[in-house]
Amino acid sequence: MNTRPDPVFEEPWHAQVFALTVHLNESGQLNWSDWAARFGATLKRHGLSKELNGGSDYFAAWLETLEAVLAEAGAAPRHETETMAAAWEQAYLSTPHGQPVKLNSTG
Amino acid sequence: MPHDDHDHPHALLPPDPALRVKALETILTRKGLIDPAALDEIIDTYENKIGPKNGAQVVARAWSDPGFLEALRADATAAVKDMGFYGRQGEHMVAVENTPEVHNMVVCTLCSCYPWPLLGIPPGWYKSDAYRARAVREPRKVLAEFGVTLPDETAVRVWDSTAEVRYLVIPMRPEGTAGLDRDALAALVSRDSMIGTGLAVAP
Repeated sequence: MNTRPDPVFEEPWHAQVFALTVHLNESGQLNWSDWAARFGATLKRHGLSKELNGGSDYFAAWLETLEAVLAEAGAAPRHETETMAAAWEQAYLSTPHGQPVKLNSTG
Repeated sequence: MPHDDHDHPHALLPPDPALRVKALETILTRKGLIDPAALDEIIDTYENKIGPKNGAQVVARAWSDPGFLEALRADATAAVKDMGFYGRQGEHMVAVENTPEVHNMVVCTLCSCYPWPLLGIPPGWYKSDAYRARAVREPRKVLAEFGVTLPDETAVRVWDSTAEVRYLVIPMRPEGTAGLDRDALAALVSRDSMIGTGLAVAP
């Protein structure tokens, strides 16, 4: 456990998933107490097999919880998320280095 | 992330979770459920605008303005709102004062509840299992790892934050600070001292 100042977010995707969740809460699509309870349960489950760090382990649990909540709500069903993530992967792999990565409009 | 391979034939592939977050964003944006610009604004706010300097101003004022201290004790949420600090995850804030008798320390055993308007986003260690589990079980040992050793006669009180109630520790004002103005006082107040894992430092 160290006490040196850390960056607010260690990785860009930590910031993105955090902001996405806060925005869903603020736009009335996610109750924060419900969120904290669900997220806490995921952390507890993950923490059974290893001691979680407060960075990538923490945000992996966060993302898993958000995916589950959005799938249950029907906002982002699992198969849509899988397909879209694969489309993004393909977009990165087919974009020449240095060019902006854009999703194929049919993706 | 290493990014020095200019012979790379394609754009650097982000890690799997980053692709999954992008997927969620794209799906929700296309359905009109989220506004991508709002996400950027939220990130900018917490990376650049809101942080422990806010809380330090509250502490410095509590040290130097008895009327404000009374207001803070009565209703911390209202008192800090008057200073312009309110909003997300700050709906119900409680200030807990350190004294020679009691040292306060804050944890969230559930996840990472934290007074965002006053302290910003919690540091990594606050979110770790190590801190979340041990702060309650062996607070003095945890404090020692942060370099804080308290006199035996000082009791340690650990407050467990929730999604409903967030705590701000008011550290003890250091000796030898009688002549300092509020800005100089605020400079003595670290983030950790407002979580209770540090002390305000003498100038």
